[in-house]
Amino acid sequence: MLEVSSVTAGYGEFTALWDVNLVVNAGEAVAVVGPNGAGKTTLMRVISGLVRVRAGEVRLEGRSLGAEPAHGIVARGIAHVPEGRRIFPKLTVEENLKMGAFLPAARRRYAGTVARVYELFPVLAERRRQRAGTLSGGEQQMLAIGRALMSGPKLILLDEPSLGLAPVMVLRLFDLIRRVREEGYTILIVEQNVRQVLSLADRAYLLEVGRIRVEGRAADLADQDFVRQAYVGL
Amino acid sequence: MDPLLVAEAAINGILLGGVLALLALGLNLIFGVVDIVWIAYVELVMLGMYAVYWLVTLWAWPVVLAGMAAVGLVAILGILVHLLIIAPILSSPPVNQLLATGGLLFFLQSFATFLWATDHRSLRLALPILEVGGMFLSFARLLAFAVSLLAMLGLYLFLTRTYIGTAIRAVSQDREAIALMGVDARKVYIVTSGVGGAMAGLAAALLIIQYSVHPYFGAAFGPLTFMIVVLGGLGNMFGAVVGSLLMSEVISVGGIITSTEMAYVVAFVLFIVAMFVRPEGILSRRE
Repeated sequence: MLEVSSVTAGYGEFTALWDVNLVVNAGEAVAVVGPNGAGKTTLMRVISGLVRVRAGEVRLEGRSLGAEPAHGIVARGIAHVPEGRRIFPKLTVEENLKMGAFLPAARRRYAGTVARVYELFPVLAERRRQRAGTLSGGEQQMLAIGRALMSGPKLILLDEPSLGLAPVMVLRLFDLIRRVREEGYTILIVEQNVRQVLSLADRAYLLEVGRIRVEGRAADLADQDFVRQAYVGL
Repeated sequence: MDPLLVAEAAINGILLGGVLALLALGLNLIFGVVDIVWIAYVELVMLGMYAVYWLVTLWAWPVVLAGMAAVGLVAILGILVHLLIIAPILSSPPVNQLLATGGLLFFLQSFATFLWATDHRSLRLALPILEVGGMFLSFARLLAFAVSLLAMLGLYLFLTRTYIGTAIRAVSQDREAIALMGVDARKVYIVTSGVGGAMAGLAAALLIIQYSVHPYFGAAFGPLTFMIVVLGGLGNMFGAVVGSLLMSEVISVGGIITSTEMAYVVAFVLFIVAMFVRPEGILSRRE
């Protein structure tokens, strides 16, 4: 479904990604793991059009996303749940979800999708008239994921969903992400919580200083000695 | 001091506050979304007032129709200001943005002087004065206040009940995340500038029935509008309404007790004091 081929990208003089190749097939959950500053977030931002590629290409269902601006990429079917959640704090929970369904096609399906999102995250239904900024970190993350689902995406990009959450909340959140998976969404997820994410994903890539170092089945990756020593902490 | 006169001045203050609030809200909306202060905002009002004046005196349009035309014309003008002047300098340093919109102010003032000279022009409408319990209230002011309230209600519903209105509020909270929702921020800026222009056009229609227009009309209302917006807290819509009422009360009641000039002095001194005490605006919450 998604092909990232030989992508080099960065900010100004700085190059964050070197010749990165990555594939996500329909229905798969793919993880990208790696240390801080490896370029994981840049990779997500390249796919959603917030950072332009310097060389290489990103394709969705065989068609290049090349010149598409970020707001056009949502219409093509990619929803990005950014690092740090980035919900609109002064809008209510429901208004945040409404923004997720801004595009005309999503607007027409609003009633159905919002009911499904509330079913998936009942706490959002309870707090729907509350300002999003008053939610707890975990609830804000659920809102960010729910908001992404509102556009009716083919592919969801999750960037560090467990960042800053209490350990109990992290477990709950991964359970919820599993349920989102079971709904049939294709997921590309970036995480520092390597153990959790490898148990959720089908395949995984290890990114280090802007290059893909290892790729393979998530279970195999979790078993490799250096990954275990460096990132899983077993 | 006759208490009836003070009461009359207090009511007039509220009535004036309604129209000032329109201007403060329009300026604030544009600032909150586009992050640029339109120094020349009240000059658009001046042009709107001329539009009503000429439509009525040259082509004998009914005042109401001319007023509605002014709303549309100034809305288009607002969009043009954004596309021609603001859009190219969106990422420039703030001082350049101030210079550009400040330059527009002098251009519009000079342009109006060149076309229409410095004469004070008034519609000379014979609108009635109402007597209520011994107080004399101008019908034009009551009408202007009522229309302002309706417009504010309309703006509120637009910003809270529509997708594009909600996006306008969201843009000012997170410019990048809104792109991830599929919203083209450039379009939001254009809509916002049009709405801000429409507010200026409506204020123009409501002011021309009370005041005469001249090329330097903005020199009186411009600084007052900026003061109100800063007093209420930049970007704070509720603060803009409160600031408008507060300032117009000080000017109106102060004007009765002392003199109009003194009342402006008091208003500006209050503003300076408020800025020392609460530089983020009187209604700001400490975060």
